Amino acid sequence: MNKPILNVKNLTMNFGGLKALDDVSIAIEKGQIAALIGPNGAGKTTFFNCITGIYEPTNGIVEITPPGKNTQSLRGLKPNYVTERGIARTFQNIRLFHGMTVLENVMIGRHCRLSSGIIKAMLQPPSQKNEEQKAVTDSYEILEKIGLEQYVNDMAVNLPYGAQRRLEIARALATDPFLLLLDEPAAGMNPQETKELDDLILWLRDNENLTILLIEHDMKLVMSLSDWIHVVDYGKKIAEGTPADIKANSDVIKAYLGEDSDDA
Amino acid sequence: MAIKNQIKQSLIIAFWFMILTFPIMVIKVNTIQNTIYFRWANLLWVGIVTFFASMVWNYFLRRNEAQKKKEIDDDIPLIHRLLQNDRFRRPFLGLLAAFFIAYPFVFPMYHTSIMISALVYVMLGLGLNIVVGLAGLLDLGYVAFYAVGAYAYALLNLHFGLSFWVVLPMSALLGTLFGVMLGYPVLRLRGDYLAIVTLGFGEIIRIVLENWDDFSNGPRGIADIPPPSFFGHYFDQHNTMIYIYFIVIGLVLMTIFFVNRLENSKIGRAWIALRDDEIACQAMGIDKFKTKLTAFALGATWAAMGGVVFAAKTSYINPMSFTIWESITILCVVVIGGMGSAIGVIAGALVLILLPEYLRAVAEYRMLVFGALQVIVMVFKPDGLIKSVRKVYTFNVQEKTIHEQTHT
Ligand SMILES: Nc1ncnc2c1ncn2[C@@H]1O[C@H](COP(=O)(O)OP(=O)(O)OP(=O)(O)O)[C@@H](O)[C@H]1O
Ligand SMILES: [Mg+2]
Repeated sequence: MNKPILNVKNLTMNFGGLKALDDVSIAIEKGQIAALIGPNGAGKTTFFNCITGIYEPTNGIVEITPPGKNTQSLRGLKPNYVTERGIARTFQNIRLFHGMTVLENVMIGRHCRLSSGIIKAMLQPPSQKNEEQKAVTDSYEILEKIGLEQYVNDMAVNLPYGAQRRLEIARALATDPFLLLLDEPAAGMNPQETKELDDLILWLRDNENLTILLIEHDMKLVMSLSDWIHVVDYGKKIAEGTPADIKANSDVIKAYLGEDSDDA
Repeated sequence: MAIKNQIKQSLIIAFWFMILTFPIMVIKVNTIQNTIYFRWANLLWVGIVTFFASMVWNYFLRRNEAQKKKEIDDDIPLIHRLLQNDRFRRPFLGLLAAFFIAYPFVFPMYHTSIMISALVYVMLGLGLNIVVGLAGLLDLGYVAFYAVGAYAYALLNLHFGLSFWVVLPMSALLGTLFGVMLGYPVLRLRGDYLAIVTLGFGEIIRIVLENWDDFSNGPRGIADIPPPSFFGHYFDQHNTMIYIYFIVIGLVLMTIFFVNRLENSKIGRAWIALRDDEIACQAMGIDKFKTKLTAFALGATWAAMGGVVFAAKTSYINPMSFTIWESITILCVVVIGGMGSAIGVIAGALVLILLPEYLRAVAEYRMLVFGALQVIVMVFKPDGLIKSVRKVYTFNVQEKTIHEQTHT
């Protein structure tokens, strides 16, 4: 049997007295679109932060098995190394670089795949120039794929909200990931934009060979997209299964009805 | 209604100023005759002037805000538009070059000397701009690296007879080294903490220079530092000044050249990303610490070179030239010129260093006027005199080739 691409075992994260994550185990198979859902404050974003090295988990194992490579542990790695290993993410509260253009935002994603250092930047030998050119073309191509090429030279802050969310995805793609973590990509989008996002995520899985784990409150989107759904509540994992299983699961219904959730 | 509120507010401000300035503007004590005069007329004047000043101030503030709302932050400064336009770029740069070449021959030596100081600040400003403007690290001890350069030349010349041209590249390396050494322990800190620790480091270097008598000659400083030679030949005083002027021009051009390249490279983008959002920056695969350290060290490189020129020009240095005020002035150059904007920093240095010299006409109010001008710039142009503009790439979609269009 193939090893899961991301294997998280018994993950616990304490903030002082608060157990934001309590013994959570989640495995993601290659080529899946998996969803992580749960009421507000359930610990979903914290889960992402623990995997990507922004938080160091109190306990647990985080392992990845990149396609064609050996299994390795991510525990204790700094965020930039996690990204280098091939995990990219977007943020729930959009975190674009507002002092830069749209293209440059994507080029930042290419950063860890470029090799030229300071001396080369100052002297600009042909190798550096070619690399830089290639970074520009690659980034532009990514913008075309995501459908943002008309904004290429605009400042990132001046983009409409939906486009900013897509730019976050473009920027994450630029790091050449095998696993993409999306934190509420549809938040704040209108139905039209959500539909386009739906198509984009499917397209990414099918054409870019990506595995996708998304956090989302829009249940319609989650149910239509996901192959597999994991549910957390108060830091504990309460269920996992196909969309149909989850819809019928009494624990999940209780968790959602007991809370004031955004969507039904 | 707005007008009414306005008047009310200005009246309150005027009244407050009348109270504040009462002791100095109204009361005059004659200690010889032991009498006190009350100059009530002054009180009235203070009130009237403050009232109108406040009205005018508010008017401009309001207009500024209205303008900002209209256009969403994509107005390009005039100078950038000039440089982008091919028809204007060449004549404009030509004129600029002609002016700077003719300058030392047209104006007397005093003006050349002032201009050299201003150009050294352009170098320092561009260096600090990497640290503060691009990487967003508030460094209040930048002058330490300036001192390293100046003392490196003075001491290496004194003890080993090394010449300007030998020490200049050495000082660049020395500056980088000091940048790494000082940066390593402090760059784990952020924001205000970093500012305070760098301020401390700056002062430590100055205090060491002041007290380590055997090494640096203490507060007496080092005199008779030779000017740069021209293939072993020394000019007379006047021509030396002109010679140094052109050396500085050369160094400034070199600085602009390299800083511009850095700014639009992988490392420059990483600095800006780090400034804008540290967490997102790391999540994009950028090593936070390494990126900060390179910014800090490269900034120090230019400060040290500036220090060598300074020592060669004044021929005398002592620790008093490297106080915290120097750091503050360089920081002002960057902030007022325009954070992250090379052209802005150049303009900032020229304005900030030349203006006080030419304001000597208004003698005792010089610093007051200067301070007021800085406040006005910051209130009405918070992005600085000339704000930064990012590189624009144009794409030919059919052929997928890229034509770069650079302007800085
Ligand atoms: N850095 C932190 N320090 C202390 N507590 C934290 C920290 N980060 C998150 N928490 C807490 O952990 C819990 C889980 O937060 P998290 O952001 O992971 O929720 P979430 O499931 O993403 O919710 P939402 O749907 O609202 O985004 C919350 O109670 C939150 O207050
Ligand atoms: Mg969240």
